[in-house]
Amino acid sequence: MANALDPHAAVVTEAGGLDQRGTLKTADGQPLSRALARSSRKARRRAFMLVLPLLLFILITFVLPIGQMLQRSVKNDGFSANMPQLSAWFAEHPRGTDPNDAAWAALAADLTASAEARTIGVVGTRINYDMPGTRSLFTSAGRQARRGVEPPYRDAILEMDQKWGDPKLWSVMREASSPYTSNFYLAAVDRTRDDSGNIVQAPEQQRVYLMLFLRTLWLSLVITFTTFLLGFPIAHLLATLPTRKSNLLMILVLLPFWTSLLVRTTAWMVLLQQQGVVNDILVWLGVIGNSGRLQMIFNQTGTIIAMTHILLPFMILPLYSVMRTINPSYVRAARSLGATSWTAFRRIYFPQTLPGLGAGALLVFILAVGYYITPALVGGSSGQLISNMIAMHMTQTLNWSMAAALAAILLGGVLILYWVYDRLVGIDNLKLG
Amino acid sequence: MALPTYASPLEKTWYYARLAICAAIFFFLIAPIVVVIPLSFNAEPYFTFTDKMLSFDPSGYSMRWYDSLLTFGMTNPDAPRGLSWWADVWQNAKWVQAAKSSAIIGFFSTILATVLGTLAALGLSRPEMPFRRIIMAMLISPMIVPIIITATGMFFFYSNPCEPLTWIGLNPQCGRLAGTYLGVILAHATLGIPFVIITVTATLIGFDQSLSRAAASLGANPRTTFFRIIMPLILPGVISGALFAFVTSFDEVVAVLFIAGPDQQTIPRQMWNGIREQISPAILAVATLLVIFSIALLAAVEMLRRRSEKLRGVTPH
Amino acid sequence: MKKTLILTSALCGLAFGAHAQEVNVVSWGGAYEKSQVEAYNKPFSEQTGTKVNMIAADDPATPLKAQFEAKNVTGDVFDVAMADAIRMCDEGALVEIDPAALPAGADGVAAAEDFVPGSLSDCAVGNIVWGTVIGYDKTKFPDAAPTTVADFFDTAKFPGKRGLPKSPKRTLYLALIADGVAADEVYDMLGTPEGVDRAFKKLDTIKKDVVWWEAGAQPMQLLADGEVSMTTVYNGRLFDAIVAEGKPFDTIWDGQYLEINAFVIPKDAPHPEAAMEYVKVATGTQPLADQAKWISYGPARKSSAPQVGMYNDGKTEMGPFMPTNPDHLKTAVYDDPEFWADHSAELAEQFNSWLAAS
Repeated sequence: MANALDPHAAVVTEAGGLDQRGTLKTADGQPLSRALARSSRKARRRAFMLVLPLLLFILITFVLPIGQMLQRSVKNDGFSANMPQLSAWFAEHPRGTDPNDAAWAALAADLTASAEARTIGVVGTRINYDMPGTRSLFTSAGRQARRGVEPPYRDAILEMDQKWGDPKLWSVMREASSPYTSNFYLAAVDRTRDDSGNIVQAPEQQRVYLMLFLRTLWLSLVITFTTFLLGFPIAHLLATLPTRKSNLLMILVLLPFWTSLLVRTTAWMVLLQQQGVVNDILVWLGVIGNSGRLQMIFNQTGTIIAMTHILLPFMILPLYSVMRTINPSYVRAARSLGATSWTAFRRIYFPQTLPGLGAGALLVFILAVGYYITPALVGGSSGQLISNMIAMHMTQTLNWSMAAALAAILLGGVLILYWVYDRLVGIDNLKLG
Repeated sequence: MALPTYASPLEKTWYYARLAICAAIFFFLIAPIVVVIPLSFNAEPYFTFTDKMLSFDPSGYSMRWYDSLLTFGMTNPDAPRGLSWWADVWQNAKWVQAAKSSAIIGFFSTILATVLGTLAALGLSRPEMPFRRIIMAMLISPMIVPIIITATGMFFFYSNPCEPLTWIGLNPQCGRLAGTYLGVILAHATLGIPFVIITVTATLIGFDQSLSRAAASLGANPRTTFFRIIMPLILPGVISGALFAFVTSFDEVVAVLFIAGPDQQTIPRQMWNGIREQISPAILAVATLLVIFSIALLAAVEMLRRRSEKLRGVTPH
Repeated sequence: MKKTLILTSALCGLAFGAHAQEVNVVSWGGAYEKSQVEAYNKPFSEQTGTKVNMIAADDPATPLKAQFEAKNVTGDVFDVAMADAIRMCDEGALVEIDPAALPAGADGVAAAEDFVPGSLSDCAVGNIVWGTVIGYDKTKFPDAAPTTVADFFDTAKFPGKRGLPKSPKRTLYLALIADGVAADEVYDMLGTPEGVDRAFKKLDTIKKDVVWWEAGAQPMQLLADGEVSMTTVYNGRLFDAIVAEGKPFDTIWDGQYLEINAFVIPKDAPHPEAAMEYVKVATGTQPLADQAKWISYGPARKSSAPQVGMYNDGKTEMGPFMPTNPDHLKTAVYDDPEFWADHSAELAEQFNSWLAAS
């Protein structure tokens, strides 16, 4: 937008000039430095006012909701809110105190009250996160408590189930008596707490998240690399063709981009499965025998092929927009100075494409990290990525605190990457088409 | 990239090899679409080329899936196909409803994202913009947060948009946004905004600020300068950003799964039902129609661009 | 500014302009939803004049939990797995439903007696009983057809790939049955680390031959493509392929996994009376029996069983396709909601860990 108060326009030299003390002045007699500062403040404010509506919009519709969501990763009051008396007992007695009569009485009273209020399932679910197999302990104790518990409470509750005497259970309940916990983050990196509350590695058959984080990272890197391999020649072709031709070919790039993700994923299944189109063609051509059909889907190959296809436009478009601006005379100059075409490409052309490459790689990598529908459908046993686990905890086990903890770690990783990118390339260079 | 006359034989081979590689990659890009179109005419309810289809037996092909797009959800699909039948389609057919929802949501969220995004991009590209990096990072963050997290966070917030006000001691009552058109539109606008920001700022990097100064010095007010000078020049970037925003909304399923109510079932949502619950090439028929629609749209944009180039007297190089 | 205001209010109008006489039913979509529309909704709307809005969800338990947590309940009736119904009930999300309020069966037996065991709980009224069964392609095994779960694990005798769902719930029991565990001891086994190990060991024997499926529609696609020769599948989908599409498939009922779906009403439902009325009408003897005309899932009422007749093609007898057919129940494994509420998260982690170790 035009700026009438541009610093240059504000200096009117004929009417102003120097005063006695030698400070520059504007036409209306203000010191120039102050006028400049004011006008630059005004320009800053104007620029900021342009951004402000969107900033508010994003803060309210996006940053706030995400923050609210991530809060769940450290806060779960399922136990503390519904078992107030026992939580109070835990607060009064330090770790290591054996449960006394008051504790058992508090437990009995809370179980009864919670069962009456129909919240005993919430309590059991919370404890079950940290100690699998205990949810039914709470729900069945709740049902019995509703029928009445008589003192001595310890004996009455132990009679319901001997498991109530387990020190691990009491340790877990103590942990849960505070609404804030780090346990979900511990679980998200395959750690757990032992009976006395120390952090230890989870049992071997339950370690899965760290491995999945690593696999997600690895697959995303591979996919970023394959999109680069396939995207670079295409972007180069499009950037060097005359506009009319390149715009027509651009439709071929954009078309898959416009086709629903679900449809494309299904189409890859049709193409790649053992009885699928590609195998049929190979058998028909005699390249492979009917018994030697290739396994190209329901494994990592399938994930890489389908994801590369889906993310390819995100690599091509930024590369293309940068390549368009590269002046061909540099390469010509290099050639005329005796460089081979390979050297000219490697030393002159390629370095100039790096901003586009950086932007494309960042986009592809970040999008790959968060995908879950495609790997789930075509990835077979290796198609489980960390976002599948987030989705699983969101929709199946309904353990939203765990989902939020996993998401927070993933988000942290992405932000670090983003920061590195900003340092290396600068976020202003992100371009799309 | 014509071949220079001084090219050596090796370079000639490489040149043609490169063209072949590019052709192969283009084929890779459109192969799934090539597969989808014939399969949408499959007479059987599976995504498989049957023997009949491969031998071009007409009985292996049918229009039943295209027909089902109209009849699915109708109250009386077997009635004679007259005016009232089509009225029924318009009123009740699920895919038609989905198309309407997608159009409404896509249109308004694109407008919102484009207007807010373009304004912000104008501010961000000014050299005097304070805190540019951090603000830019925040504005494009909807693109980098995995969608499942965004969708859930939004669901909670939109279910009770006034809840954050209770943290500061207020206790207002307000309606919910989840399950309304407005809610889905806001969500999709949020997801589309990064694309608008990125494309428009990229256009503005090449924008010569002296043009707007010249306009101002000739007496144009900021409004005139914007509409007469800046807008025509950055329009390609704005349009391409708007297209990205529209596609984002048009292909988005996860946020719709969480936020939309029964009245806002979009096309991808309807496809999702299909692919998860019941195999039916109906979704391939939809995909085919969408491909035709997008080819038409892209061709229209290209024609507009050529026309505007002619008007501006820019010759394509 | 004025224009924006008008626009906003127009959009809000779009959003809030709702019918007075209606009930929102959240169900699973697809052929199943169609069967409910035909068998439940049409008679219900005729009787009461109330409009039924069907909303399809991947698994209605997810929106139910989300709506309850967000204190923003928009559905009136949810069709969920019994395990989820019991769990949500314990968490206080659901309205309690007194069996005495439900209509008696057509034969006059009180509802509490008429429903099959396990299909009534404090907050839920069962509607269907469905099985996860093994389906196979007859053309792949021309000589001897497979008949047992053990055959499913015998890739030497019955070559070809196997389809299994990517979840512990419907795979571990199958491995134990194939390994010779009796159907009624499956849960005792799975409750111990040794039993879980045993199940994974058995799964190891076919791990390289398994194509894992994710969505309910996938196994039939895999079977139709010839990608697998045998797969576990929801019995209704297999029925659809065999009868409606005439595919050369057959069913192994041995070791079928029986689950019950149920209607629940959330607390704070927008139309509580209509919701209750809907549940009463839909789970009556006749609607439950009629549903089997459209999809081969068993009715949750005993009195409905004799009323189940022909499929809507008018020539297929439904009896042999019903998971509740007494012949199919001999070796059936019943879903245990308590067990899965306790162990699903733990076993899901172990399963994923096992899956990832190749």
